[in-house]
Parts: sequence; C-alpha cells; structure tokens
Amino acid sequence: MTAVDIRPRAPVSAPSTTPLIAFDRVDLTLGGRKILEGIDLTIGQGEFVCVVGPSGCGKTTMLRLIAGLFQPSAGRVTYQGKPIAKPRQDIAIVFQDYGKALLPWRTVSGNVALALEAIGIPKAQHGDRIGGLLAKVGLAKHADKYPNQLSGGMQQRLQIARCLAQEPAVLLMDEPFGALDAMTRQGLQDEVLDIVGQSGATVFFVTHDLEEAIYLGDRVIGLLPNPGRVAESFPVGLVRPRDQLATREEPEFLRLRRVLFDFIKAAEA
Amino acid sequence: MPLALVVVAEIAARSSEMTSDTLAAPTDIVLAGIRALGNGTILAATGQTLATALGGLGLGLGIGLVFGILLGIFPIADKLMEFSVEAFRPIPSVALLPIAMLVFGFGYRMEISIVAFGTMWPILILTRAAVAGIEPRLLEVSRVLGLGLLARVFKIVLPAALPRIFVAFRLAAGVALIVAVTVEIAANPLGLGYAIMSAQQSLDPALMFALLVWIGLIGWVLNWGLVWAQGRLFGRAAVVEAAQ
Repeated sequence: MTAVDIRPRAPVSAPSTTPLIAFDRVDLTLGGRKILEGIDLTIGQGEFVCVVGPSGCGKTTMLRLIAGLFQPSAGRVTYQGKPIAKPRQDIAIVFQDYGKALLPWRTVSGNVALALEAIGIPKAQHGDRIGGLLAKVGLAKHADKYPNQLSGGMQQRLQIARCLAQEPAVLLMDEPFGALDAMTRQGLQDEVLDIVGQSGATVFFVTHDLEEAIYLGDRVIGLLPNPGRVAESFPVGLVRPRDQLATREEPEFLRLRRVLFDFIKAAEA
Repeated sequence: MPLALVVVAEIAARSSEMTSDTLAAPTDIVLAGIRALGNGTILAATGQTLATALGGLGLGLGIGLVFGILLGIFPIADKLMEFSVEAFRPIPSVALLPIAMLVFGFGYRMEISIVAFGTMWPILILTRAAVAGIEPRLLEVSRVLGLGLLARVFKIVLPAALPRIFVAFRLAAGVALIVAVTVEIAANPLGLGYAIMSAQQSLDPALMFALLVWIGLIGWVLNWGLVWAQGRLFGRAAVVEAAQ
C-alpha cells in the first residue's frame, strides 16, 4: 500500500458555502471495469475545485458525471439536490482538445453563436453578445477567422468564450491548458480566474499540473487510482487575487507544492 | 495518343472502302452527330435522359441521406437494418425493371424509380460511414449544449459530414446516368438509350457511335461540374481535413 495518509470515504465538505454539486457514494463501472468507487464529495457554490491524481484515477470520469454524460452505477451525483440525469445548459465543459471541440466550418463568431442558438437567444442579440464575449477573451479582432487560422491558445480562448455564452453556473474544465506552452498557460490561468471572479461560477478543474491546481484552486482534491477514489482534500490558504510571481513564492504555495508532490509520488508508487 | 487512334481508324476505314453495319469512319460519326444535333433529336433525347437521371438521383439522394444519417447516428438502428440493407443492396437496379414496368408502365416514373433505387445505396452507405466517422467530441459538444435531434443534424452532423456526402453524390450521379441509359436500352422508349437502339436497328452505325460519344461527353461534363462545385463549396473544409 501507499505511505500517504489515505482516508477513503471521508466526506470532504466545502468550507462555509452552500453545497451545489454532491457525489454521494458514487460507483461507476464501465465495460466491466470499476472506474470509480465510493466517491463522496461536496462542491460549494462558487467554489474553485481542482482535481489531481495519477493517470487513470478517474478525474475526467468525475467531470463527465457532473456533466451528465455518464450515469453512476451506484450512488448519486446531484446538482442543487437533484440527480443529474442529462447534460444541462448551465453546466459547460471546456475540453482539452480544443481543435476537435470547435466547428472547423464556422468562424470564430459562428462558433460562439452555436451556444447562443442552443440556449435560444434571438438572432438579433447575437452580434452584441458575441462581441462582448470575444472582447472578454481577447479575440475581438479575430471574429471572422476560422479556428484553423488561430493559434492553440486562441482556439482554447474561443472554446472558453463559447462556454461563457451559455452563461454557465458551473464550468467543468478538463485539462484545458495541458497542450499549451508555459507562457500561454499562465496568461490563460489569470484570464480564467478573472472571468470566474466576475461571474461567480463554480469550477471543477481537472489538471496534471500540481502548481496550476494550487494557483487556481480554493481546494485541491487528490485522487487515487484502480479504482478511482477520493484520497484527500487540500484546502488552499492563498489570498486572492493571485499573482503569477508573488503567489508562487509564498510559503503556503511551496508547502502545498511539496505535500501534493509527495502525494502524487506515493499514489503512483 | 487518342487522336492518333482516331486518325488510324479514319485511314483504315477510307482505304478499305468499308461498308459496314457495325462500324463507321470517325468523320461519318462526327457528321451524324452534327446532323442529329442540328435537327434537335439528340437534344430532346438528352433532355429526357437527364430529366429521369436527375429526378431519380434527387429521389435517391433524399432517401439515402435520411436513412444514412439515421443509421449513422443511431448504432442500434444500424444493427437492426444491417441485414435488410445488405440483402437489398446487391440487387442490380435493372433487375427491378419487370416490377417497375408492372407498377408504372413505360415512361418517366418507371425509369426514375429504378434510378432512385440504384443511386440510393451508394449515398446511404457512404453517408452512414461519414456520419459514423464524425469527430465524437463534436457530438459531445452538441449533447452538452443540449441541442435537439434536428438541431444536431443540421448544425453539427450535416456540415461535418457534407464533404464526404458530396463524394457520395458524385458517385451516385455517375450511377444515375448509367442506370438511366441502361433502362432506356433495355426497355423504355425514351432518351439517349432508346435513340442508340433505334440507330442500331435502322443500321446507322455512324449515328449510334455519335450518340455513344455524346453520352460519354455528358458524363464527363457532369463529373467535371461536380468536381468544380466540390472545390468551390468545400475548399475550406477540404483544407481543414487535409491539415488534420
């Protein structure tokens, strides 16, 4: 076994906020393989939760359960107390593979318009809304380009803009910056913090990058693999707004970095 | 090379002072063609053949698209229909001629129904493959956005599959012409196929070959037009697909 202090099934509750999303003893078996076991987790309204863990620990699977793309084999995943039976328009996903998630035959504005069409915004209002959203993610000058004319970072911004068009209460982000270079990634991290700060959305953020998890999150959840289960919850005691240089030099940041690093090493052992 | 062959055929025909019921000198063929074009018979026949070919193609396209998309989207439907599709598909469309004749009699409706049957299959099979091959992430995006079935088909599935569906359409257009002319040769007193049979039976090989060349030309123009349209319509999509 591992040397980490594992407390399986220990209910991990959000500090001092109303619960929005709850996993209640969730098991998930896919194709005869147990992917998740006994997941208990509560996410509070407006909370920024980051999830880390070795490959195959079910991070993305948990995200897809919240999205309503999977149904649990046992237990319940609830949103405002009700089970999530199918995808909801106020829960948006930012996928890692932005190149596949965008419509190559639609322009930048057209891709944002897709979300507006889906939630039934009248065509007359599209122009203003799209303009505002693109300005928010810094793509205002590129409205008429096609996705394949944009850099990776810009494509991911576009996907974020499309998700924001849904005016989501919950943003699910599946390693959204995993394929981007370090500078672009830091820029986008700050943009996401800004956007979330303004909208008050709840965020479930899956990542491989431990420093990213600490930098962004109010709380970091550590998962263990085979089958995936919640091992530990690490509250992040860092003030907001965060700063790419100052925050990363704080003792609390360095301490968490050490703790998480040890956790992952033990989990992978 | 083809030109040289034509010249050789001309010289051979002239030097042997050929009188034949099956062959004709190239110049005679051209002259017969010009005559037939001049008196309008060839154009009338072309109109009839194209009307049935395109009518049947349109019908086959509609049916093939609807079923191809449904079978592509719903794997369960695909499993259930697999046997029926594979059982009916190999039937040569011309083999339906006797039935179609009993149902519709001679004329346009009979020919259109057979062309529709012949063109439906390549469109159905290729559309099904194109739809089933759509990037799964795009379908997930449409689910997460909560798009209904129709919105999903028109906003995601059709645009994503359209470049490949167009290839199917090109293929089917070729089939449509072949089937239409075949039906005319075999039975239907209409169009270019029937004109070829009349020329053959009135021992006019020059006109017969002129019609043959004309049909070849039509097929070539049809395909050229579709290739051009494909480049115009899907230039961007084709570039995107090539880049990935």
